[in-house]
Amino acid sequence: MRLAIISGKGGTGKTTVAVNLALYLQKEGQKVCLADCDVEEPNAHFFLDAAWSRENRQTVAVPEINNTKCLGESCLQCVNECRFNSLIWIADKVMVFPELCHACGLCFFLCPVQAVDESTREIGLVRHGKGRGVEVCGGLLRIGEAMAPPLIRRVLKSTPGQGIVIADAPPGTSCPVMETLRDVDYVILVGEPTPFGLHDFKIAVELVRKLGLALGTVINRDGMGDDQMEKYIRHERLPLLARLPYSRKAAAACSRAEPLLEAMPEFKEIYRNMWENLQKEMQAGGK
Amino acid sequence: MGKLAKRNAGRGQISIMQEIVVISGKGGTGKTSLVSGLAATGTRQVLGDCDVDASDLHLIMAPEILETHEFISGQQAQIDPDLCTGCGLCRAYCRFQAISEDYRVMQEHCEGCALCLHVCPESAVSMHDRHCGQWFSSSTRFGPMIHASLGIGQENSGKLVSIVRKKSHQTAQEKAAENVLGDGAPGVGCPVIASLTNADMALLITEPTRSAFADLRRVFDLTRHFKIPCLAVINKADLNPDITVEIERFCLEYGLGAPVKLPYDQDFTRAQIQGQSIVEYHPEKWTRPMQDIWKSAAKILKHKNKPRRNKNE
Repeated sequence: MRLAIISGKGGTGKTTVAVNLALYLQKEGQKVCLADCDVEEPNAHFFLDAAWSRENRQTVAVPEINNTKCLGESCLQCVNECRFNSLIWIADKVMVFPELCHACGLCFFLCPVQAVDESTREIGLVRHGKGRGVEVCGGLLRIGEAMAPPLIRRVLKSTPGQGIVIADAPPGTSCPVMETLRDVDYVILVGEPTPFGLHDFKIAVELVRKLGLALGTVINRDGMGDDQMEKYIRHERLPLLARLPYSRKAAAACSRAEPLLEAMPEFKEIYRNMWENLQKEMQAGGK
Repeated sequence: MGKLAKRNAGRGQISIMQEIVVISGKGGTGKTSLVSGLAATGTRQVLGDCDVDASDLHLIMAPEILETHEFISGQQAQIDPDLCTGCGLCRAYCRFQAISEDYRVMQEHCEGCALCLHVCPESAVSMHDRHCGQWFSSSTRFGPMIHASLGIGQENSGKLVSIVRKKSHQTAQEKAAENVLGDGAPGVGCPVIASLTNADMALLITEPTRSAFADLRRVFDLTRHFKIPCLAVINKADLNPDITVEIERFCLEYGLGAPVKLPYDQDFTRAQIQGQSIVEYHPEKWTRPMQDIWKSAAKILKHKNKPRRNKNE
């Protein structure tokens, strides 16, 4: 089973829910892997005190022009057809701007004389480890690298085929989140009951509906703001899997990267119910 | 972008306008609350919402939209099922796994590279403009605001951020504004890079949590990568005093100066619910801290502008 945890707005508690759900399931004897897909700012491993046992450098293929083979100005197919302007003709040479390259492979395909060689651009790391008994993997985007989706794809590819995989998504609703939602069976949307939280929550609901995925919601920091999110959830007939109460004590435990299940045992019951509700929803094939 | 664009927009005049971008690495540390608080205490500014994916600044600014523009960026492939013979070449070549088993282009994964267009022996593939969202030029009680909304699940957020910034710079020129104040996105990837390149300074807002501190380090690395001076703000500083001390030490060690500290305060949420900035919600409490941040920022900008030449030249 593959779950993804998304939020729309950042900082609403995706990682908190992902980590505690993973810990709960692991204690129940399930085989769980937590995949931290926030490769820009990964944090799940802090909460699990994870030690990385494997780190693999990840690259994407970018072109390198072999100038002795290149036909030059009489051809320029690669320059003219590249949709990302990562190749230009300058000073009698094709010049490559690797940071603009999407690694689509078009130039390799088009070149009539095989003058395009594969060079690489490092995009970051994929790493694997274990913490508090939970298997964890994740990515770390190289600073200065703009494109997170290829790295997220590698992270998800490296997850086990069986057991429960919990993908902790990055914030937002654009391409990195879309990549995280590839091939998931169920999406948990974690919201914070504030005007900002609700605004981005609604966008996330639209996204999940557009993708036709099954969706359940969690209200985090319940009591922090107003009741508009709950009204919206009811109005849209979305399953509410759990509410996590707002407390400064919980915020302080999170600040120390302590899983709430350990710092505040009263949360165990909430996660048990969350999991039971989620299973019921999945059996009902709920959308 | 940045300085060059500012110059061009002024038709040769050198602008005195300064662009400050608020970023955080971690989401939910208070970027938008800070931007709206600064806006309420600033003078002659243009606001730019560079978080085009989950933009919230308009919820406080209640902008009156003066102009709406379509954001068309790149193209997308489409396969004509009548011409497709199901040979499978496009699927085999596509590096984004954007073509389904039944040879439909999965819109959400297509990057518009057009490789399939060239690979297809039946000419069944065509490319179409991609409507990725909209951007707006608006007026607010705190000055002009440029903001945008990226279509659900769309790509090219970086390009849309660049448009928001370019238009913010132009508006600042027209109105002879002193500052462009940008509300950035979380993370360190494409939209953040687009909001940061050639900005005059970054305000890094963080909170004393393990996660936010780790994220601050990464986003700070990014500002160094682009050689942007910064000032750190620790929000909710009393939530975990130990980590606050660690962040302060970090800031001093890396030449960020003393960070500004803001308390853990429910006013942030209450103001949001009222559709107000924290300064409007509770002027006695928040005017001063926001003015202090403006002052610290002005010092950094003054220092920065003295000896340096335009980095694009």
